[in-house]
Amino acid sequence: MSDRLYSKDHEWIEMDADIGTIGVSDHAQEQLGDVVFVELPEIGRAVVQNEEAAVVESVKAASEVYSPVSGEVVEVNETLTDDPAQVNADPHGEGWFIRIRVDDMSQLEGLMNEEAYQEFLAELD
Amino acid sequence: MNSEPELLTTPLDGLHRELGARMVPFAGYAMPVQYPAGIIKEHEQTRHAAGLFDVSHMGQVRLTARHGGSLEDAARALESLVPADIVNLKPGRQRYTQFTNAAGGILDDLMVTSMGDHLYLVVNAGCKVEDIAHMRAELADRCELEVLEERALIALQGPRAVAAFAKLVPDCAALSFMQAATWDFDGDRLLVSRSGYTGEDGLEISVPGKGAETLVRRLLEDPDVAPVGLGARDSLRLEAGLCLYGHDIDTTTTPIEAGLAWSIQKRRRSEGGFPGAEVIQDQLANGTSRRRVGLRPEGRAPVREGAVIRDLSGNAIGAVTSGGFGATVGGPIAMGYVTSEHAQAGTALELELRGKGVPATVTALPFVPQGYQRT
Repeated sequence: MSDRLYSKDHEWIEMDADIGTIGVSDHAQEQLGDVVFVELPEIGRAVVQNEEAAVVESVKAASEVYSPVSGEVVEVNETLTDDPAQVNADPHGEGWFIRIRVDDMSQLEGLMNEEAYQEFLAELD
Repeated sequence: MNSEPELLTTPLDGLHRELGARMVPFAGYAMPVQYPAGIIKEHEQTRHAAGLFDVSHMGQVRLTARHGGSLEDAARALESLVPADIVNLKPGRQRYTQFTNAAGGILDDLMVTSMGDHLYLVVNAGCKVEDIAHMRAELADRCELEVLEERALIALQGPRAVAAFAKLVPDCAALSFMQAATWDFDGDRLLVSRSGYTGEDGLEISVPGKGAETLVRRLLEDPDVAPVGLGARDSLRLEAGLCLYGHDIDTTTTPIEAGLAWSIQKRRRSEGGFPGAEVIQDQLANGTSRRRVGLRPEGRAPVREGAVIRDLSGNAIGAVTSGGFGATVGGPIAMGYVTSEHAQAGTALELELRGKGVPATVTALPFVPQGYQRT
């Protein structure tokens, strides 16, 4: 069982000390379809909980990626610039978007663990 | 509670679901936007082998002259609504045209085929109710209009499409681009034309709804054929530089602004006699202030419908009407209208995307070479 936590907007965050790696869920990449472009934030930018942190474009449309918690961007996945299809191929691994230094760890408490997220998805159907 | 009106379904609805399609509402119908392969693979399938599309939501109409009139009478009547030469359309030949309004704007675009004793029309799904009402209002005294509601329409598109269909109907290979004929298959009368909306060689097959699934299942047995949804249909037509009604053309654009002057034959240009003829004749003689162009944005970010187009001094000179990712081109592509002085291929422009300017170049259409077979 991973320590990945999920938002209702279908982003995930995985913590390592105060650094959180953020991506979109497998469900989200499936809904998006073939990803053809990813716009990543600048390093050092402050991202706000539930506000836009990145943009992901599929063949069909542009969608925002919201940050599940607030923090400062410390790293972005540059490989997505040349190979955006990684978001589809490995959404929970190589397809990560950004790493942030989390401002307030208590914001993590409102997120869902894997089991709760799977239940949340089941209710959506 | 669901307050949405019930969606209509095509005769292939069950098959789409069995094939794992993601169904979406489109022009009042439940339609497959993609199958499990995904839009990019379906796009490539059509460019390299053969893609099978359900386009049964489109309107199919049969037009015959009333009071024992001839085909020419029906053709002459239809010419009062469209700028193409229909009277001189030979039996078994097909032509692309538009319904125009009094201002020269486009009410819909359509295909017209002469079947020898009647005209066969295919109109857009989203416009078919209005188109049929328009024809009934304007042509009822001269023409009998039969809406072929029970018929399905299948597009089989790609370099291997004709070979695949020839396994069922060998004679189909004799058709040239924009020709049509009828054949019997499995007890059904098929109306087949060598045409499509992907820029590839291919066929469009009108089949009675009850026989559609059998025919499609037979075609899908061919390893060269796979189902393709509306998502790839859109990216294929955009690469082919083809207009999508309601986006690249509508009542505010004329066929000349849209770069469709090729679809207005010489006799009609001089004679007129269609709605908006004065406007269109004037534009043919004196040019237009804006033109539809192809656009190639730099980088990888798709620029979509509605994006403002600016010249290099920052003046707004138009807007994108279709934009997305061209899987065969391998990058973003778009179409839009610009002022005529910026319509020359090679002109450098900027497209507005999320508050920033993306450099773009006016590019000749189509973005990919056409595969049409004019045998």
